[in-house]
Amino acid sequence: MDFNLNKKQKLFQQMIRDFAEKEVKPLAAEIDEQERFPSETIEKAAKTGIMGIPVPTQYGGAGGDNIMYSIAIEELSRVCATTGVIVSAHTSLCLMPILENGNEEQKQKYIPRLASGEYIGAFGLTEPNAGTDASAQQTTAVADGDNWILNGNKIFITNAGYAQIYIIFAMTDKSQGVKGISAFIVEKGTPGFSFGKKELKMGIRGSATAELIFENCVIPKENLLGRIGGGYGIAMKTLDGGRIGIASQALGIAQGAMDETVKYVKERKQFGKPLGKFQNTQFQLADLETKIQASRLLVRSAAFKKDSHIPYSDAAAMCKLFAAETAMEVTTKAVQFHGGYGYTREYSVERMMRDAKITEIYEGTSEVQRMVIAGALLK
Amino acid sequence: MNIIVCIKQVPNTTEIKINPATGTLIRDGVASIMNPDDKGGLEEALKLKDKYNAHVTVITMGLPQAEDILREALAMGADRAILITDRKLGGADTLATSNTLASALRQLKFDLIITGRQAIDGDTAQVGPQIAEHLDLPQVTYLEKLEYDGEKTFTIKKSTEDGYQIIEVDAPCVVTVLASANKARYMSVRGIVEACDKEIEIWGFDKLGISEEKVGLKGSPTRVYKAFTRGVKAAGEMFETDAEEAVGIIMSKLKEKYII
Repeated sequence: MDFNLNKKQKLFQQMIRDFAEKEVKPLAAEIDEQERFPSETIEKAAKTGIMGIPVPTQYGGAGGDNIMYSIAIEELSRVCATTGVIVSAHTSLCLMPILENGNEEQKQKYIPRLASGEYIGAFGLTEPNAGTDASAQQTTAVADGDNWILNGNKIFITNAGYAQIYIIFAMTDKSQGVKGISAFIVEKGTPGFSFGKKELKMGIRGSATAELIFENCVIPKENLLGRIGGGYGIAMKTLDGGRIGIASQALGIAQGAMDETVKYVKERKQFGKPLGKFQNTQFQLADLETKIQASRLLVRSAAFKKDSHIPYSDAAAMCKLFAAETAMEVTTKAVQFHGGYGYTREYSVERMMRDAKITEIYEGTSEVQRMVIAGALLK
Repeated sequence: MNIIVCIKQVPNTTEIKINPATGTLIRDGVASIMNPDDKGGLEEALKLKDKYNAHVTVITMGLPQAEDILREALAMGADRAILITDRKLGGADTLATSNTLASALRQLKFDLIITGRQAIDGDTAQVGPQIAEHLDLPQVTYLEKLEYDGEKTFTIKKSTEDGYQIIEVDAPCVVTVLASANKARYMSVRGIVEACDKEIEIWGFDKLGISEEKVGLKGSPTRVYKAFTRGVKAAGEMFETDAEEAVGIIMSKLKEKYII
């Protein structure tokens, strides 16, 4: 057993940290303030291969592993959670389902363009009446000759508008319940596919979150992903992988808030000594640091399982649950350590606290993670 | 075109601490990086690779862990990496280092040899020029910009203290590059994956074909008399005044201390 990163992973960590510090961090406050999608950063990320890390080289990817991918999301989110989620949704929720479920033709057609970052990817499962209960899909897909006709709408879709490729779930046979859900690849620009309301969010404000609207949207037959009725399975499996990405994001946010807090308590003096000299500060920071390290071990072990083709569904749920709740706790306390300054936008912990909250909600709420973990335990 | 870039692993700090007892650098707890000027030089080589399909070899003399910067160079796009490492080479000053590197370079094909201007740990700026002398090659130091005619001539903008010079030089030659000449590219993710599977050639003393007298401590005429970290000076005196009066104050202070 070895807890160390291997040579490749270490070198990658060095590179992504450098990239995050120089290219991502300087824009973090600005894109949050302006609620602006950081296209220029994504272009630079694409050039270095960050948009296709765990994708085999035969499909134009970098040929990296899921631990490297997790390190990437952690390091990006450490300085900017918006950038972290853009890369995570693109990779985990669009690239991976095509890679894992697509036929050879679909892989050849879409993966090289997604892995190179020429295309950004997105995923549409959530609907106004199908959130945590994702089985209650109301979007429909009806076969019509050589086509499928989609009707319905999806909400809270990350990368909406900026993505060219969308993995969309729809009912192909209502009478079958969850076994009647199928997955489709839908390209932006397809007639009948449009975008609705853009959400104004508490955090990750540089990422685009919007509604997708399908009105008699006609897509070719060959865009069915996997088999008819196999959609729910694809969605659940995809979200298992996605949870490693979001857990890595939460871990990065927590680490970023800890970095800022350690710096601050060494500098800030009250009652004649730095905050870091007070035992209250020391004990609280020790507890938080322990939780961050525990999150990291859970995240890395889930990624390791995925790389090793060991079932990882419950491991992904655990790392996402723990890392998200840790991120919320660390960022809330980080603001508290910063006092009044921490409540202002001058200090990045203010943004980090707002960014952390979503990690307890999307790609399965903390409650869903507990359902998955208990389900595995009590089966 | 074959390009060889000489790189060095250095501690990641511009504030080197020195052990007062031994006079050597304290390297504990300081992360190692590729020397910034060398990285600028590597980027220059990689630009020539992009444009003219040049073959880029990186070479370093150092401890076995210097392998890290060679892998980094491979991940940035270099084609071949050579690590010269041997106990016999330890304790080398700039002359022994340049002798060692030159003996390795003689065994390689090159049209252009690139080094960084100087390393942030020693700051001598001597190794590049010495390599050129050993190999009897023309050299251009302090390179800020390089253009290549695609055949054999380089046009180089060389930085000087009070401006710059434009110099034409034919291959083969040696150039020493400033970090500011280039914004070095990031390692690519795919490059990293491939770099870790690539072989790094290890060259020991025996491979160099050079006398033991010319390398390592034996080949180093430099003797460090004393090395020390400059102590903190007392706080200075501040005067807010105009230029004319300032001259008077400075003159009288200098006289007071018998400096003039």
